[in-house]
Amino acid sequence: MGKTIVEKILSEHTKDEVKPGNVIWLDIDVRSARDFGGPNVVKHYREHYDSEPVDNPQKTFFTFDLVAPAKTIKYAINQSICRKFAKEQGIKVYDVGSGIGTHVLMEEGHIIPGKTAVGTDSHYNIVGAIGAFGQGMGDVDITFVFKTGRTWFEVPKTVKIKLKGTFEYPTTAKDLTLYILKHIKTDFALGRAIEFYGEAAESLPLYGRITLLSMVTEMGGIIGYVPFTEKTVEEVKAFTGRSDFSPTYADPDAEYEKEIEIDVSGLGSQVAAPPHPHNVYDAQDLKDVKVDMIYIGSCTNGREEDIESAWKILKGKKIKDGVVLSITPATRRAYKKLMDKGILQELFEMGAIITNPSCAGCAQGHPGMTGEGEVSLNTSNRNFPGKQGKGETYLVSPEVAAASAITGRITDPREVL
Amino acid sequence: MKIKGRVFILKDKDGNLIKDIDTDQIYHNMYLHITDINEMGKYCLGNLEGYENYPELAEKNDIIIAGHNFGAGSSRQHAVDCFRALGTGCIIAPSFGAIFKRNAINSAFPILECPHIEELIKSGKLSHGEMVELDFESGKVIKDNGEIIECKKPSKVQIEILKAGGLFEYGKKTG
Repeated sequence: MGKTIVEKILSEHTKDEVKPGNVIWLDIDVRSARDFGGPNVVKHYREHYDSEPVDNPQKTFFTFDLVAPAKTIKYAINQSICRKFAKEQGIKVYDVGSGIGTHVLMEEGHIIPGKTAVGTDSHYNIVGAIGAFGQGMGDVDITFVFKTGRTWFEVPKTVKIKLKGTFEYPTTAKDLTLYILKHIKTDFALGRAIEFYGEAAESLPLYGRITLLSMVTEMGGIIGYVPFTEKTVEEVKAFTGRSDFSPTYADPDAEYEKEIEIDVSGLGSQVAAPPHPHNVYDAQDLKDVKVDMIYIGSCTNGREEDIESAWKILKGKKIKDGVVLSITPATRRAYKKLMDKGILQELFEMGAIITNPSCAGCAQGHPGMTGEGEVSLNTSNRNFPGKQGKGETYLVSPEVAAASAITGRITDPREVL
Repeated sequence: MKIKGRVFILKDKDGNLIKDIDTDQIYHNMYLHITDINEMGKYCLGNLEGYENYPELAEKNDIIIAGHNFGAGSSRQHAVDCFRALGTGCIIAPSFGAIFKRNAINSAFPILECPHIEELIKSGKLSHGEMVELDFESGKVIKDNGEIIECKKPSKVQIEILKAGGLFEYGKKTG
């Protein structure tokens, strides 16, 4: 019997039989912890393994991307605990200012297609965008992997999502992602691997794949894949600086638990209203919602292309008085590209806040939180109550974020183009 | 393994089990700097509307019942550890978020999947506050009157890690 993409990658990393439902011992190529979770990993490590060496320091990393730089003493202490452990063990730290860990580890060529990677970040499955297997795990799991280089894993069933039709700019990958979430919520893919097919998925550029596949987490999924095209291969080579890989495709006779078709023909801009990422509406239906804060960034929409796309809409226009616009490139590399193009300067001159690369507005980062009654638009991936403050968070594309910054209310970008 | 405890049901205003409870509702990101498990209990469910005062109401061995996809969201171990800190007996839900499920299993914290639990509650077969006994390995909830509610049997790996006392100990035996 044939294998799905996830089954093939897992098969390359275990001696056990890879079959949905089987528990296998999985070899892990890349392991990382960040400033949330990392200090707990060090604590568990010292308690259970004392000063024994980690399995492989070259494959082990710390990435500080959440409260970066530390804004309270407690976070500063936590980061220093990780730095000290890293020094003792010879582990590389991508320190504050490097950017979002998963993005950095792909850019630096540590995670490449076909590899397995785990870390204390629930959006680690974002590496599905480059055809790797990634999984967010808690600090117990990650401690164990630091020491042993492996962990147990239950092989997930794979489901298929076929997209019918195509859409045009200013509809982008984020709108597609939210529209899929609207259809499947967390019911269709909970605990499953997802393969996406159809032109609307397969024609996505790499940064669009990052957006879609990062939000497999919000679909409840384990990992998602869109089969590589020739263009994807070239983009992944440029992104990772590596060419020693070959893409993984599903076998024609691979077995899927179920499949669904979603028609995305002519799709318009989508917005996820509180309290769930799957509470999705057409942007036009929310045009009376006034906005106080707008945040562009995160692992889902923090690439240079995302921010450039927002800038194109904002260019020559003004940010509405009273609206706070914050922008956070995902990594130093994305930041530098935007700086070299003069885009950050223009955004700055328009009145936007540009922060250092990090996860920023997703958790308690530096772009700030909302107060009671305030509304924020966020290009990230979660809008659960209270996550980014006392106010209400709506999830949007960078294009909707930019258009709404001009008008001060939720706006379909076509209105301002 | 047997657990005797009080049933504590997480319901919304309409009386339905709350679905998709995210880790930020279980244990908010503002407390993620905490590394001592003993300090985590007081924040448990602190951002879940209507249950902010759960830590005050909590009893040892509580058997918490919630809706589909409990523990959706982040990878934080704190979302499991805050229940362990309070001495919670078990969490029962129709399904769990994948990472939460792993984190619970790895720290030897009992969770049970029970796809029909909502119907049982709605038909009055199981009520908030009643005392029940859980036979964990068989996935059975035994009521005081002897009635039995069958949940899904935990997986082999879940039972083995639980018996070992957590992933570290399990890994030493099997790894």
